Amino acid sequence: MIATRSVSGSSQSPRSPSSQPYLSVSVTDPVKLGNGVQAYISYRVITKTNLPEYQGPEKIVIRRYSDFVWLRDRLFEKYKGIFIPPLPEKSAVEKFRFSAEFIEMRRQALDIFVNRIASHHELQQSEDLRTFLQADEETMERLRSQETGIFKKKPADLMQIFKDVQSKVSDVVLGKEKPVEESNPEYEKLKHYIFELENHLAEAQKHAYRLVKRHRELGQSLSDFGKAVKLLGACEGNSLGKAFSELGTKSETLSVKLQKEAHQLLMNFEEPLKDYVRAVQSIKATIAERANAFRRQCELAETTKLKEINLNKLTLMRSDKVGEAEIEYQELKAESEEATRMFEMIVRLMNEEIVRFQEQKTLDMGIAFHEFAKGQARLANGIANAWRSLIPKLEACSSSS
Amino acid sequence: MMGSDNEGFEEAHLYASKEEMENLVIDNPLNDSNSYSNYRSALSSAISDTSHPLAPSILVTPADSDPILSPPPYRDHLYHNSPTESSYFEPPPFGDNVGDVNGVENHSLNLDNFGRFSRSASWSTSSSTDSEYVKITVSNPLKEQEASNSIVPGGGTYVTYLITTRTNVPEFGGVEFSVRRRFRDVVTLSDRLAESYRGLFIPPRPDKSVVESQVMHKQEFVELRRVALEKYLRRLAAHPVIKRSDELKVFLQVQGKLPLATTTDVASRMLDGAVKLPKQLLGESSVVVAPHEVVQPAKGGRDLLRLFKELKQSVANDWGGSRPLVVEEDKEFIERKEKINDLEQQLSNVSKQAESLVKAQQDMGDTMAELGLAFIKLTKFENEEAVFNSQKARAHDMKGFATAAVKASRFYRELNAQTVEHLDTIHEYLGLMLVVHSAFSDRSSALLTVQTLLSELSSLESRAEKLEATSSKVFGPGKSRNRKIEDLKETIRATEDAKNIAIREYQRIKENNRSELERLDKEREADLLNMLKGFVHNQVGYMEKIANVWTKVVEETSYYAKENS
Repeated sequence: MIATRSVSGSSQSPRSPSSQPYLSVSVTDPVKLGNGVQAYISYRVITKTNLPEYQGPEKIVIRRYSDFVWLRDRLFEKYKGIFIPPLPEKSAVEKFRFSAEFIEMRRQALDIFVNRIASHHELQQSEDLRTFLQADEETMERLRSQETGIFKKKPADLMQIFKDVQSKVSDVVLGKEKPVEESNPEYEKLKHYIFELENHLAEAQKHAYRLVKRHRELGQSLSDFGKAVKLLGACEGNSLGKAFSELGTKSETLSVKLQKEAHQLLMNFEEPLKDYVRAVQSIKATIAERANAFRRQCELAETTKLKEINLNKLTLMRSDKVGEAEIEYQELKAESEEATRMFEMIVRLMNEEIVRFQEQKTLDMGIAFHEFAKGQARLANGIANAWRSLIPKLEACSSSS
Repeated sequence: MMGSDNEGFEEAHLYASKEEMENLVIDNPLNDSNSYSNYRSALSSAISDTSHPLAPSILVTPADSDPILSPPPYRDHLYHNSPTESSYFEPPPFGDNVGDVNGVENHSLNLDNFGRFSRSASWSTSSSTDSEYVKITVSNPLKEQEASNSIVPGGGTYVTYLITTRTNVPEFGGVEFSVRRRFRDVVTLSDRLAESYRGLFIPPRPDKSVVESQVMHKQEFVELRRVALEKYLRRLAAHPVIKRSDELKVFLQVQGKLPLATTTDVASRMLDGAVKLPKQLLGESSVVVAPHEVVQPAKGGRDLLRLFKELKQSVANDWGGSRPLVVEEDKEFIERKEKINDLEQQLSNVSKQAESLVKAQQDMGDTMAELGLAFIKLTKFENEEAVFNSQKARAHDMKGFATAAVKASRFYRELNAQTVEHLDTIHEYLGLMLVVHSAFSDRSSALLTVQTLLSELSSLESRAEKLEATSSKVFGPGKSRNRKIEDLKETIRATEDAKNIAIREYQRIKENNRSELERLDKEREADLLNMLKGFVHNQVGYMEKIANVWTKVVEETSYYAKENS
């Protein structure tokens, strides 16, 4: 489904002369495709925008989960230092994979994922994002299959990985056991915070999930209780029997309320908590990236220094290797400076990101608490009202007997 | 906001992790008003918790005051968190509300703050149509030494309980008196009552359960037994007929050794019967059932022959072609019996589902508490590590949420404890079903005795006829023949007497059954209705409270809702 492109790419009749730039995305319409083990869910991704970089005001594409993974991985590569929005997990149990609830939860999470990217002032400019939102399915499939784990790395990258391992080994051999780490107390505090936070959040999320289950269980037991009470009522007969019948019916009604609330709780509280956990895990990945960048910077600085010393030595000796050495030195120096720049950029970005992150999370949690409380109040009131309506009937029973 | 959470709750325990909760100190984030005010200044001053949100409320009331919740011991598994040091409070249902004394409505619905319903199950409280009362308390268990060697080995010590009665019933001849009794005495009382009041729905006595005494600590077991004994005696005193029985009076009043015939041990009875049987078979001792024995069912041991006869009769009833001479013709009774069976089945079903319901409510409360606790830890963490204002704001929100969750969890658990009480009526009536069956079987065995005597009478009479008919023809007139006829006639007369007594007994039991069934129906209707009312009021009360707790949080976080929309 390809929307018609505007004839003149750059300018389009603006809806209002001073229309704000906008980019809005939605992930909708999950559809099960394929058969058996190969089966998967596809989603419709609808993009509405007035940004010039995009092909038109509206575009609809079909994407699957691994496409989202591709996007996340690309962004993670390109935008080091930025907290890439987290993705929902790859599915769990086979049976559960196509349950309506799981599909809806995933859709919601994917929708949030893309929108967070689209509203991040740096990430939204990503070319990969544009590709994701606009490319046709064949292109997407091609891109997706190229990017698989370590094999996606270019030879130079592979070399770098080996070098990293090498230097680690030599460090150990040389007795430098500790990997090179920043000695920044504030950053230490942040790292400690992030790691601790994950534990706390995971625990909260665990209990939130259990609470969802409890709602379902209570609903089920109310339903069973209601049925049993109705049978007892039939056995008793007369006004008492009627009272039992009514109670049983009410009980079954409340069971439905509880199941509804369980679902609400899952979508509006447990999922946001899980999302919070994932976000923290994403930050941990960024922390690892920063550590890598730092190490790289240090190693290159050191290697450059050594190269410089060597160069000077050769110069003094008037060796004919000076030229070569000079070139090597310059290359290395450039690399070292690049590494330093990279590292410093990551530090800067992270500082900004953490502020944004904290604010966002306060907002997210505030909403989550609000929804939770609303749901619980609604449920409790519903239960109270239902039971209260029985009171006059029960009173009538006793006055008649 | 916070200080109000102790209102009207006589017992608000925290049931789990009390220590955990107490150890978490939550800093008031609002102390740091400067940085915070940028965020939600409007709210900051409004929310000032003066008290620790998790301060455990007042615990424990003495047994006699408005009692709370420890459920009957056999329901312990539903309620595993009840603090052990508070031992066993009397659950209200057993008519412990002294307020019932003076002509209060029999089926009174005492509603306090949140529809916490103190019910008085009709069949275990004194009827209030008269203003008389008999209040029994069991207390003060003491270990005592066996005076002489008993036949049973391993004896030596036993426990006695102090049984105190307060009453204004004149037949007792006293207002307050106490005796010491041991469990064996209670068994005796129960057996004597069963004999004297066949056909009545007599409350079942506590089990002998020696096994449990091995498993539990002696102290626990004694306490369990004390509670069970008290419950039993109170029920006896609440039964309209039993309360006036001599057996009960004697049990409650006569000092020293209980002057009721103990049941002879099985061995000697078997012995007795074994000795008598050959004589009976040979016709050497009287085969007539003595009239006074007719009013009791055939017991094993002593009445072997009678047992055989009645067994033969019952087989004849079931398999024989001829109808027995007297049948259970009371159609109404048969219908009632069917209904009782049906009722029992439904009660059992409801009982099972009620247990599930209670478990689910308990779990809800527990998990809510755990969630609250997790967020309290998060609050503490964010406060300690806070670098940004957004964190402080979040910590504040979390605290509000967590506190609400903990409160709500407490309400769930309180609600549940009372649900257990209310729904306990179902279990009570299930227990009663057994008693009803026992009363019905009194009737069946009495009927069987009648049938047996009737067919015996009929066969004796036909023998007599035959003998009369074979007059002088066969062996000539002789003293022996006449004497035989005389003996037979004598036996017939005695059997006739026994039959009449048996029929009277049967009628009596029938009447007992009937009046008890009527009483059961009336009281059951009242009790179950009360149970429903209590249950419903309870739910309404606590759900309102829970709704309030969360509504407050909704208001406090409404800022975010506006932000989002």
